[in-house]
Amino acid sequence: MSSTHIVSIYDEELKYLARRISEMGGTAEQMVGDSVRALVDTDAALAQKVISEDVVLDNAERQINEKAIITIAKRQPMAADLREIMGAIRIAAELERVGDLGKNTAKRVIAVQSSGMPRKLARGLEHLAELALMQLKEVLDVYASRNIEKAKEIRERDDEIDAIYTSLFRELLTYMMEDPRNITPCTHLLFCAKNIERIGDHATNIAETIFYMATGAQPEGERPKDDNTTSVGAVQE
Amino acid sequence: MTEAATEEALEKKMNTVPLKMVGKDVSVYYGDKRALYDVNLNVRENTVTALIGPSGCGKSTFLRTLNRMNDTIDGCRVTGLITLDGGDIYDPAIDVVELRARVGMVFQKPNPFPKSIYENVSYGPRIHGLARTKAELDQVVEQSLQRAGLWNEVKDRLHESGTGLSGGQQQRLCIARAVAVSPEVILMDEPCSALDPIATAKVEELIHELRANFTIVIVTHSMQQAARVSQRTAMFHLGNLVEENDTDKMFTNPDDQRTQDYIMGRFG
Repeated sequence: MSSTHIVSIYDEELKYLARRISEMGGTAEQMVGDSVRALVDTDAALAQKVISEDVVLDNAERQINEKAIITIAKRQPMAADLREIMGAIRIAAELERVGDLGKNTAKRVIAVQSSGMPRKLARGLEHLAELALMQLKEVLDVYASRNIEKAKEIRERDDEIDAIYTSLFRELLTYMMEDPRNITPCTHLLFCAKNIERIGDHATNIAETIFYMATGAQPEGERPKDDNTTSVGAVQE
Repeated sequence: MTEAATEEALEKKMNTVPLKMVGKDVSVYYGDKRALYDVNLNVRENTVTALIGPSGCGKSTFLRTLNRMNDTIDGCRVTGLITLDGGDIYDPAIDVVELRARVGMVFQKPNPFPKSIYENVSYGPRIHGLARTKAELDQVVEQSLQRAGLWNEVKDRLHESGTGLSGGQQQRLCIARAVAVSPEVILMDEPCSALDPIATAKVEELIHELRANFTIVIVTHSMQQAARVSQRTAMFHLGNLVEENDTDKMFTNPDDQRTQDYIMGRFG
């Protein structure tokens, strides 16, 4: 921001929101990374840690919302300030969801653990997670820098994640068809893959919110989509 | 419809609203001091236009040019063109009293005449010859008080003094007085700055209702009030018109940095 408020405590309130969002982002990132690590290494202890961390994000979201509402009531923010506060509320909700998805992945570790996971699938999941985490990390950097060009870039990159998710989906189906004993772990992995893919979507949502916060306009055009799982296995006529 | 399309449609709609008053290259001087610099600002019919800006920015000065209230100030000179329905209001042939009947005004502090409520409202219509009989005058008084949302509160004490009313009631009495001469435009100079929040809400509700029949220009220091009551907002700074925009746009995403800083309470 180029200038500061005449009422300096107003600046403090906005800074508080920004700081809490950054903290939430860090926690969410950590949770997602750990959940995938736990899944790939079948590390139940790490999974448990992720599960117990979710409450931190839930609390942070609640506190951000409360502070935002008090600030709106007290300051009656206008223009960029109003967008900043509304953006904080929305981003906090997105990050809370990201945490939930990490937690859900962690919960499945125990179920997958018993049956073991084919190495090749683990690699695919890891790659998917790397991309999603990179999206998340970069979007959090953009939140700090407000680099609009970068926000647009992130938004346009979500189709990479979608494409990998689609190919993982096919692979998991193949494993299930090969041996019915694979169905239980593969179904869990399918949900895990979906969780990770959703994280990419949330990162994209955050990028759009940041774009709106900075410009007051919605980003133009449809976001690219390459999630074709809805038609996988459809009978070809 | 996409958001952009909606916005465009709205703008188009706003652009088709006929202009009630036009200000073209309006400059105002108080003696040697220049208070307004070539302001081009139009007032659309049945629209509430809010004028905002820091103290001394020229918003009240501009408001006063619209019904030639500046004529009463010594050494005040207005240049440029201001029209009402296309007619130059600074034309020497214009009768200023008649102009002010068409362009009424409500001031910051409620200023009822030290007379009865009835006389406060009936004074204008009487001197302008708008009512021929007592019955007609009664009707104008009732209708004006109704329009100002004051009728139910004062109908049983019309002959008590107007100055005995509460501040909010006095201000609505002044609005009733302005409305009584059936003006086309009502100018309001910070009409709520001396009122409590409830009285303010009543005046704002009234502005909303009056918009159907009148064109309103309001000067306000309250950003929230401008955002609540107006459809168009004009931002003044150091005697210049900085930005004029749809109110919704003005308070969410203004084009000009100075508007942005002002409405957000930032250092420029």
